[in-house]
Amino acid sequence: MLRTLIVAGAIVGILAAGCGPAPADKPTSETPGGAGSKLRIVFVPKSAGNPYFAEVSKGLEKAAKELGATVETQAPTTADATSQVTTIKDAVQRGCDLLVISANAPDTLNDVLDEARKKGVTVVTVDSDITGNETHRDASVLPVDQEKVGPALVESLASLTGSEGEFAILSAATDAPNQNKWIAGMKETLKNPKYSKLKLVDTVYGDDEMQKSTTEMEALLTKYPNLRAVVSPTSVGMGAAAQVLETSGRYPGGPKANGTGIVLTGLATPNQLKKAVEKGVVTKFHLWSPAEMGEIAAHLGSMLHSKKVTADVGKTFDVPGMGTKTFVDKGVVYVGPLTTFDKSNIANFDF
Amino acid sequence: MSRRDLVPVGLLAIVLFVGSRLSARFLDAPYLLDTLNLYVEAGLLATGMTFVIVCGEIDLSVASTTVLVACVVSKFLGPETNPVVLVAMSVAIGSLLGLVNGALVTIGRVPSFLATLATMATYRGVAQAWLGPFSAKWPVMKGLDRAHLGNSPVPWPPVIWLLVAGAAGLVLHRTVFGRQVAAVGTNAIASRFSGLPVERTQLAVFALSGAMAGLAAVFLGSRLGVVRHDLGRGLELDAITAVVVGGTSILGGQGSMAGTVAALLLVAAAKTAMGVAGVKPEVQVTVVGVLLVLAVLAGNMAGLARRKAPTQA
Repeated sequence: MLRTLIVAGAIVGILAAGCGPAPADKPTSETPGGAGSKLRIVFVPKSAGNPYFAEVSKGLEKAAKELGATVETQAPTTADATSQVTTIKDAVQRGCDLLVISANAPDTLNDVLDEARKKGVTVVTVDSDITGNETHRDASVLPVDQEKVGPALVESLASLTGSEGEFAILSAATDAPNQNKWIAGMKETLKNPKYSKLKLVDTVYGDDEMQKSTTEMEALLTKYPNLRAVVSPTSVGMGAAAQVLETSGRYPGGPKANGTGIVLTGLATPNQLKKAVEKGVVTKFHLWSPAEMGEIAAHLGSMLHSKKVTADVGKTFDVPGMGTKTFVDKGVVYVGPLTTFDKSNIANFDF
Repeated sequence: MSRRDLVPVGLLAIVLFVGSRLSARFLDAPYLLDTLNLYVEAGLLATGMTFVIVCGEIDLSVASTTVLVACVVSKFLGPETNPVVLVAMSVAIGSLLGLVNGALVTIGRVPSFLATLATMATYRGVAQAWLGPFSAKWPVMKGLDRAHLGNSPVPWPPVIWLLVAGAAGLVLHRTVFGRQVAAVGTNAIASRFSGLPVERTQLAVFALSGAMAGLAAVFLGSRLGVVRHDLGRGLELDAITAVVVGGTSILGGQGSMAGTVAALLLVAAAKTAMGVAGVKPEVQVTVVGVLLVLAVLAGNMAGLARRKAPTQA
């Protein structure tokens, strides 16, 4: 007991000594846009080791180089909001001007974000916003305007098929909210007379499982002998469909193409389809670019931090090399049109 | 009190020193004290866990208990609730969930590792089934972690935890019940033949662990303002780690509350020091792991060198 007390006393001593004479470099809130100092960006993703967020980091780093800023990625130890609280507190203590965060929960970060902002930190959410608590951050950079996905997919389909023929949709689960929204958008777009020769014959659901998606895709091929195209707005579905087209040889130019063959397009991460594109089974497909999200977040954050722009509806700002971006409701900025992946560029992406 | 608990205290001093070398912003009293708030929940769980482990059992369900209690309380109590009622209810529900664990172990004869592994999944599962992916607003006492002791930079939650741990330490080391816990943990069969209330003791430690988890729910909810089913993942492991590093034998029979407190502070200090220095989280986890191995090894060496009577709690 006595020894414990002595050691405890020693620790208190060290603490006191450490805290006493150090007020000079104590973390004081630097005035926003303080003169001459480098902008310090900290990125807190949802979890460590996720290639998607590694892409966001890449974008941030690219922008940081242009801005003369520093970027640090600090992932929470577990993928939950409590863990992000600790990461944010440490980042603020270390010194941070712009916090870019992909939130694990929409409402558990309010206090810690408020605290950070009180100390002069600008907070920009990226990929996942704190929906319903938008007042606790300065702005948000989100993947893509949901309304624009359906039309973009139809556009892609039309360009690949010459706007005619039967096609089917291979989706995720029947109740997947995003996919259903996009499919509804596609159906709406198809009403446009210029797509009148495109005929949606079936929508099937692979539940984002490889096996089920494969079975559903095979069934489509037997059921519809005149099928011209398949659209799959999900990574797993596209991967499975590409596999089926490859083994059956019915892709355009394949051994059993039967004329023009069946084209496949949709939304997927580039790594899922790299091989299929290189082999020519898939010509092109789409997704938003997480790297662009990072780039925009860094540029936007820097402008917000130096008060060069305010996040009001309709306000615009320029991102070097990416054009003009506009704030929609509640300080949200969308990355922009979907990125198209094809033979010419797919090697540049790794997520 | 065993001297093994000096190991974490010594390591804590080293970590504080190294931390101050890594970053000039580490030894900043208001910041460190504020950070301590983040470890209060693990601290309370570890306090209860010390009893369970000294008793020769384990409780893997504590973090899930905390989350379930937090969800139940947020769902049933409104913003006009008296804080005393809220705390009492949280502790009561926690104890009840702990008693379920105790009953599975004593009446159901399920080994505590399995029983609490099952309730760990069940309690969190119930919380998830009930709230779904949504969160519930914490009703009262929001922002307790920003309430300070007078004008000092000392926040209330760590103080409360230390008081609770102090009281728990007295119970463990200075009362008949504490002796019984250690006796049952040393040898349950011998204890039974000596006429000790073995089952009652086991029930009591699980209830105590549940009560601490219930109290932890108050701090978790008050700190975050909202509760969800997925909060505090892995907190049970943090608690067990603190107990074992603090010199409590995982086989039961002996342990030290002071050691648990010191070990928790050690982990908190190490993580914070590295966080402020910008050490990558994956490296942080590794360093904490190595630190823990060192602590346990050092404790064993000390134990081998001295070979004191093992049953002293």
